[in-house]
Amino acid sequence: MFGHLAAPRRVVVTGMGIACPLGLGVENVWKRMLAGESGLAAIQSFDVSNLPAKIAGQVPLGTKAEGKLDINEWIPVKDQKKMDRFIQLALVAAQEAVEDSGWMPGEDQEEARCRTGVMIGSGIGGLPTIYEASLLIAQGKQRRISPFFIPSALINLASGHVSIKYGFKGPNHAVVTACATGVHALGDAARLIALGDADVMVAGGAEAAVAEIGMAGFCASRALSTAFNDAPTKGSRPWDKDRDGFVMGEGAGVVVLEELEHAKARGAKIYAEVIGYGMSGDAYHITAPTEDGDGAFRAMRAALRSAGLAPSDIQYVNAHGTSTPMGDDLELQAVERLWGDEASRLAMSSTKSAIGHLLGAAGAVEGIFSILAIRDSVAPPTLNLESPSRESPIDRVALEAQPRKIDIALSNSFGFGGTNASIIFKKAA
Amino acid sequence: MSDTAEKVKKIVVEHLGVEESKVTTEASFIDDLGADSLDTVELVMAFEEAFGVEIPDDAAEKITTVKDAIDYIEKQKSA
Repeated sequence: MFGHLAAPRRVVVTGMGIACPLGLGVENVWKRMLAGESGLAAIQSFDVSNLPAKIAGQVPLGTKAEGKLDINEWIPVKDQKKMDRFIQLALVAAQEAVEDSGWMPGEDQEEARCRTGVMIGSGIGGLPTIYEASLLIAQGKQRRISPFFIPSALINLASGHVSIKYGFKGPNHAVVTACATGVHALGDAARLIALGDADVMVAGGAEAAVAEIGMAGFCASRALSTAFNDAPTKGSRPWDKDRDGFVMGEGAGVVVLEELEHAKARGAKIYAEVIGYGMSGDAYHITAPTEDGDGAFRAMRAALRSAGLAPSDIQYVNAHGTSTPMGDDLELQAVERLWGDEASRLAMSSTKSAIGHLLGAAGAVEGIFSILAIRDSVAPPTLNLESPSRESPIDRVALEAQPRKIDIALSNSFGFGGTNASIIFKKAA
Repeated sequence: MSDTAEKVKKIVVEHLGVEESKVTTEASFIDDLGADSLDTVELVMAFEEAFGVEIPDDAAEKITTVKDAIDYIEKQKSA
């Protein structure tokens, strides 16, 4: 099947884009994150009086110049109704990433366009759009369903819209693995390049489930924090003894992945290399991880193997760390088990403490944070980690960012259904 | 211009995001105003809603210009 390849090709990151509760723009968001700011707040955009969880991380409204989102600045009004918000956020992040990479082959560069693909996933896609259509049906107004309903809700339409906007005619794909989507998208897209299917991939995740239907659904599965409705910025507190569930966030993270020689040949700025990717399944429960955290352990071990690394080669882990009572400890336990005696030299933080859990976008946004941690030699903080529920030799970067030498970083994402993924980035040589 | 014509043109401007001056009576939704087939389906739905008329699919398929829409709606209203 892969007989045309002498060896897998090397893959680097040459562009990045973020829309998240800390705002728009990679540099803006990163600066705020390192300063210990939080993007979590009380939900104002819809009525939460019947919901036990009343806080979330929403992309702040405002102008592009302020690092905030006014969707009219990005997408023509007539096109907005053709796409659910998750697609809109994907387009915003993709625009930043593509422009950052400088890779925009024109109509006269057909071959280059055909060698550029898109793989942007989502955990649940156009849930609010499906809700709106359901209301019409309940009222007997089947004929009032918009012709844009289906393409607005479909998960792969994020990739579709990005490809249409830029004329990228290579592989067009989408990942759907709940909260592991972002890492799977980055890892799988990197493999498409490594195996020769494309030279450039625009990859990432997008999610916009901070709506009544999404909140009610996750409340029903008892996954959300409900104890900090009066102190929203305190709600996401990974590993802290008072944590009581995750805080939902919305947003998108998109990167431009590129074959190393292709990037070098055009003089592209190279942020980092993707050197490892590992996956596993729990085969255990629809929402709960196995009680020994073995799925997380095996995903990280597989990523290290694919990179040819030992745990001691990693200086920073961006944890899945959602702030749920059980999940945080199991991930910590898995990392301690894998790192063994080396655990005390490791820094691991959860950036979900500042932006909440972006579900299908989480892995992509956190991959970008991992790359920035390498670039700037700094571990972003775990906010609200005031009293750890248990001690660990691992430095969890409580409350404040820490300058640290970081050449290689690993990022974890785990999803409902028992799906786990880890990705490893290395400083560009 | 009749009330119907004015209202039709206003709906076209809003839904297709085009400048008012381009929405002439003769303008074709697809050829002149940049609509695709899904846009025209949505436009017809907007006409139905705004004028309180039902436009069956076979009739909707024949509404390709601003004039077609105005004529059809005026005929329905006078019927």
